[in-house]
Amino acid sequence: MSALLSLRDVWVEYGDKIVLERVSIDIEAGSFVSIVGPSGAGKSSLLRLILGQEAATRGSILLDGTPLTPECGPDRGVVFQRYSVFPHLSALRNTLFGLECDQAPVLARLFGTARREAVEEATGMLAAVGLGDSLHLYPAQMSGGMQQRLAIAQALIKRPRILLLDEPFGALDPGIRADMHQLITRLWRDYSLTIIMVTHDIREAFSLGTRVLALDKRRHDPHAPHRFGATAVYDLALRKPAPDAADETEEAAASPDGEQDNEEKVGHG
Amino acid sequence: MRWVNRHVRRGDRLLLGAVPILLLVLLYLFLATQRHAANPFDKILPLPDGMMKAMAGLLFQPDQLTGQLLFWADTLASLERLGIGLGIATVTALLVGLVLGVLPPVRATFGPLVTGIAVIPPIALLPILFIALGLGETAKIALIVIGIAPVMVRDIAAHVAALPREQIVKAQTLGASSWQIMTRVALPQAMPRLFHAMRLSLGPAWVFLISAEAIASDVGLGYRIFLVRRYLSMDVIIPYVVWIALLAVAMDISLTLLSQRLFPWAHGDSH
Repeated sequence: MSALLSLRDVWVEYGDKIVLERVSIDIEAGSFVSIVGPSGAGKSSLLRLILGQEAATRGSILLDGTPLTPECGPDRGVVFQRYSVFPHLSALRNTLFGLECDQAPVLARLFGTARREAVEEATGMLAAVGLGDSLHLYPAQMSGGMQQRLAIAQALIKRPRILLLDEPFGALDPGIRADMHQLITRLWRDYSLTIIMVTHDIREAFSLGTRVLALDKRRHDPHAPHRFGATAVYDLALRKPAPDAADETEEAAASPDGEQDNEEKVGHG
Repeated sequence: MRWVNRHVRRGDRLLLGAVPILLLVLLYLFLATQRHAANPFDKILPLPDGMMKAMAGLLFQPDQLTGQLLFWADTLASLERLGIGLGIATVTALLVGLVLGVLPPVRATFGPLVTGIAVIPPIALLPILFIALGLGETAKIALIVIGIAPVMVRDIAAHVAALPREQIVKAQTLGASSWQIMTRVALPQAMPRLFHAMRLSLGPAWVFLISAEAIASDVGLGYRIFLVRRYLSMDVIIPYVVWIALLAVAMDISLTLLSQRLFPWAHGDSH
């Protein structure tokens, strides 16, 4: 069993509304999985599930073979589209936070040598995401792109097993977004990360990912649209060229399954 | 140019802000002079020299009974009550508000109680306080605390509970415990709001202070105003009211400045 994370027949229901049904996915360590799908197809629910922010109604989720508790933990890092950084802390302190929580349970602050070491590590991490010159800026003084870089540095300092990205570049303008794509690809390779990214941008999904999952509803009941949940209708493994030249030459290796009229229902979910 | 786009420069703003106040003062002087022209012994709208004469006695001459300079004794007594009351209320608001805001089980348990206390008109509790705590300082301070603390608690709790869910989740993925989230994420972000809540509570706090002093006291700004009302001493009441206004404005401004100094990140100190 080589999968780092595996979902077995997972269902998510809110009351009688079924959001996800029969989701079974295995994710290998070191993969970069993009999740796409129309609005309301449960992309974010799936992410919250893996994050531990929500529990599955049925089915099981295993990380390294052990079932996940429905609570967030330091083994899964996250970057949201917004509000991922703490507005009251400077960039450096935002990055230090993860180290402080771990090493100082009561005060959550470090002193002396421990602090110097932590500051050094945080500074290195900020330099790796391109914020080496902005250690003492508050998030309000940063652009959207810088804030996302900070959020990534903050998450990576905990060396998470899985990094979850929830539309991380959705609010950025195209030029900045291209820079961020390069950054995340480089970090993914340098730190051998396992990344799961939810995105609206199909192009981004294919250019960054090694695997693309498309979530949508297989069936649609016009009288009770909420009674059918979404599941992974396409699961495309992309064969990347050499790892140092990963760009947009993607190849789909899996064949689409599911009915042909899936496309017509995009957006109804 | 539309009026919504007419921004006023800093210097002009001070000038413009002073105009209505000056106009009101002029109007008062005009009316007072008119009344004094008709009746030189008018007590309802005293002239500035009458007020100065009356206030000089309170400011500089020791009271025959107590040997104190009454104006300063009143100010000190009132500020002490207000300060202690506001201080207790603020600390309560911070501690209780934080716990209520961060921990859902505590919110579920004590939220309704806080709401219940908040909707009782505090003045209705004043007799209970006087009976239970006597007529001394404790009852007056307790009235201020009961009057403003519940509102502040609810404000802080609501503010903390409204922190983006993403931040709380992010903190957990960084390994933070409930305690660490409370002290490192929620507390610092509640502080600017606490200063804001203090500023808004200053008005009600003065109301409760003056009420308590008017009913049972032997020193204090509110006590003095209600005492000299018996003699129609507008020449004391008006300067006292102006003095209370000045004190309140000074507190408001210093809280604002302090908050800007302590929490620059919360005051749009951007780009």
